[in-house]
Amino acid sequence: MKNKTYNTKALLIATGLSIFMIALVFFGSRKLQNFDAALVTYLFGTVFAFFGIVYRYSVWLQRPPTWIYFKRGITYLVTGKVFSHFWFATKESVENIAFQKFIYPRGKYRWVAHFMIAVGCTSAFLITIPLTFGWIHFAMAPNTISTYEAYFFGFKVMDFELGSIIAFLTFHALNWSSYLVIFGSLYYLRRRLTNPGLIATQSFEGDLLPLILLIAISVTGLGLTYSYQFMKGFAFDFLAVLHAVTVIMFLIWIPFGKFFHIIQRPAQIGAHIYKKEGMKMGMAVCPHTGEEFATKLHIQDLKTVTEQLGFDFSHEDGTSHLDLSPEGKRSRLAQAHLKARLEGGNLFG
Amino acid sequence: MNYTSFNKNEEFFVDMQRCIGCKACEMACAECETNGQESLIHVNYVDRASTVQTTVQVCMHCDDPVCANVCPADAISKDENGIVHTANTERCIGCSNCVMACPFGVPKKEESYDLMMKCTMCFDRTSVGKKPMCATVCPSGALFFGTRAEIQEMRPNSTPINTFIFGQEVVNTKVNIMMPKGSTELIIY
Repeated sequence: MKNKTYNTKALLIATGLSIFMIALVFFGSRKLQNFDAALVTYLFGTVFAFFGIVYRYSVWLQRPPTWIYFKRGITYLVTGKVFSHFWFATKESVENIAFQKFIYPRGKYRWVAHFMIAVGCTSAFLITIPLTFGWIHFAMAPNTISTYEAYFFGFKVMDFELGSIIAFLTFHALNWSSYLVIFGSLYYLRRRLTNPGLIATQSFEGDLLPLILLIAISVTGLGLTYSYQFMKGFAFDFLAVLHAVTVIMFLIWIPFGKFFHIIQRPAQIGAHIYKKEGMKMGMAVCPHTGEEFATKLHIQDLKTVTEQLGFDFSHEDGTSHLDLSPEGKRSRLAQAHLKARLEGGNLFG
Repeated sequence: MNYTSFNKNEEFFVDMQRCIGCKACEMACAECETNGQESLIHVNYVDRASTVQTTVQVCMHCDDPVCANVCPADAISKDENGIVHTANTERCIGCSNCVMACPFGVPKKEESYDLMMKCTMCFDRTSVGKKPMCATVCPSGALFFGTRAEIQEMRPNSTPINTFIFGQEVVNTKVNIMMPKGSTELIIY
């Protein structure tokens, strides 16, 4: 019953937001007059992905530990020194979301490769999604034969000369993204095929397929450009269908697979805000080691969360096993074990 | 994942009274491929001011892992072999919920990675029928990996138990702790 309620809630949110998004497609493309009918399959894929992402996100948020972080994170952000909080959140977002700085200590090349994939994917999303929705379109400037204009939501944002460097960079933007994604993904594919730790724990659909999909999307996408530029349109139709198939597979896989981490990652900023605010409220001291080990807020919230999840670590005297630091817990276990051994009359046995 | 050769006959047996604090297991742990050169086993003095007692702690691989339950990012999972895996690198948001909630004090937060890491019972080794690194180097028998018959023969006066009581909570685990003969559980207070 409990799960059913959760699903209904998520279903309502996802349906509502999907309808809102379709309305935005309708109005953003100026009642479909700027909508590119050739991209309609991509539109279906994107709407499905959007629905799936919102649905999974809503289900995910309702889990007790996630909800407490979400609630606390948002509350702290909008109360008290709001500007200072927003500055902190912005700084954290640039460092952790835009630059993924936490990957660098795990490995320099890992960071470079991940950054390449991230930049490639983000720029591709920023280009293709508005194009698919009919939010961006290009038109020839009136009374010229060489000036191109770019429109967003039906409003003109820029123009450039055909044959200029800007035109070259703009028209091939997706190709630059493809190269970034291919090189980044190849590095990770090599790592996944040679690192014994990863080989032992990875799964095909969870870890290898996403990389193969990224490479397939990029290669078929590049193939489209090379087909019409250098091969007189050889196999263009076939490539176009193949590219659409890989992209749509990628889109509908977002809510279920590895790519969901793109949506989930901002929670890290929430965790950082939570820790920073918690520190202001005081630190918890371990009764065993006598040292500070976490914020009081964290320990208090964990007691609530574990209780909601059906765990009860409380003692009869009102204290809790969760009051102990990790080192304290290990020591108490060893002491309990020593006591049991002593009572058994033999230390080793 | 590679499940083909996971050895279901061998189990982990810990006896922390036998720990001499040599930290050989710490060195060996860093060789585990799933850890990426981090040592994740814990060896610490129990109460340094009054005793030289040390304790050793590997992940106990709980039947219903608290760490996975409290994870807000669904980053921790348990597989068909009962192994509770370390945090999924792309999901873990480094919140430390698991670090603070684990009743055995096992998960480690690697601050520079903003990532939780924990013992996977050397899944790269156990999944192909080998023993975990720490158990292969422990000189005093505090960490042992083998069959029940072997441990019974070696420790005739002890019984392996895997039920632990923390406050009101009963936790069952895959890893065993050696207790006086006839024991059924260990109460931690």
